[in-house]
Parts: sequence; C-alpha cells; structure tokens
Amino acid sequence: MITVLLFAQLQEVVGKERIQVDASELTVTELKEKLKSKYNIPQVDQVMTAINEEYALPDDLITSGDIVALIPPVSGG
Amino acid sequence: MFKSMFEIVDEPIQVEEIIKKVTRREAGAITTFLGTVREWTNGRKTIYLEYQAYKPMAIKMLAQIGKEIKEQWENTEVAITHRVGRLDISEIAVAIAISSPHRKAAYEANEYAIERIKQIVPIWKKEHWEDGETWIGDQLEKVNYPSGEPPIIKEGN
Repeated sequence: MITVLLFAQLQEVVGKERIQVDASELTVTELKEKLKSKYNIPQVDQVMTAINEEYALPDDLITSGDIVALIPPVSGG
Repeated sequence: MFKSMFEIVDEPIQVEEIIKKVTRREAGAITTFLGTVREWTNGRKTIYLEYQAYKPMAIKMLAQIGKEIKEQWENTEVAITHRVGRLDISEIAVAIAISSPHRKAAYEANEYAIERIKQIVPIWKKEHWEDGETWIGDQLEKVNYPSGEPPIIKEGN
C-alpha cells in the first residue's frame, strides 16, 4: 500500500487529503498514470513529486509503505 | 538555549525571537526580510490569505536553504520561520534573519533565501479575494517544474 498526500488545489479537486494506492512497487510516472485514470487530477504531469519527504525523479521507484506527496507549484513567501 | 532555526508555525511570528537566533559576537550585520500580506494585486482586493504547508518536508527544505547559504556565503547564520493558516492584511507570512561578519553577505544571502523559498518549499497560498478564491501557484508566470526534474540536486547523484 502506498500513501499519496494531496495539497492545495489537488486536495480540493479530489476531495481528500490522502489516497491509498494498492501497489507494491511502481515508478513515479506509473503512479501518476494510475492516478490520472482514477482521479481527475489537473495537470498531474506538471506536479512535483516527493517520496518520503525528498523530491523524486520520474523514474524513481516507490515501494509499499512509502509516503508520496504530490506537490503543485509552490507559493510560499 | 537551543531553538530550531527553521520553523513552520500557526501563530503570529515574533520577529525579535528570530533575530535573537542569529545574533552572535562575530556578526557585524543582521538582515531581516518580512513577507507580509498585500491587500491589492493587479487591481484585485484580497480580504485574507490562507497558507498550507507539507510541514515535515517544508522544514527540511528550509534547512536545505540554510545549508546552501552556508556553502555560498562563509560564516553566516540563518533562521527562517513561515506561518500557515489564516493571515489578515499586513500580517507577517515569512521572516528571514541572516547574520554575517560584514553586511554584503547578509543582504545577498537574504534575497537568495526568499527566492529559494518560492522555488522549493512545499507551502501554498490561497487568495481569498473580494469576489472569489484561488490557490496560487506559478507566481512567476512560468512552469515551475517543466521537465519533471526535482528543483534540488540529490546528493550522490
């Protein structure tokens, strides 16, 4: 099971703060494809991804138990 | 007395406390930057702002910025606090304090810090306008993450 955290507009579009994805191992790109087909996440390709609080590359592997965050363009400051 | 140099808080920011964190005998300069809530943006009136953070990662990224500054400007001390939740006009959203032996480094590093916050720290701002609300992203009118590459280079890669 992989936990996906949502923030800002993504949280509002999906209507949840987190999604559980039933998978044991997949890449960041594969996860995004999966989310795209199941949830209507806007511009998921432009969203940054973090695995366990570190920014990740598209080919990085996510394994069961990991916490993934989808990070839309940030606007702090 | 040890206080964390990088914090995300829900309460109003106490600027004096952040300045104290970087005050030391070797310093001849302390620069502070305060980001405050603006009422008017391109003719549109803001009533209040709401900030959300991915807290544990945001703290890590603030610490990362501190590390980058220390690598680039010798003998600097950095403290950054960002507030989340509802903020009214003129309230402080972010405070950055940097000390250094001479002023140039403290000025330069402070500007670097706010630019990096806008690039890598997972914090989002929602504008509550007079006539609606919007999550703000992409403030610089360019795609933040066009290639799918992370905005910081991982060590060891």
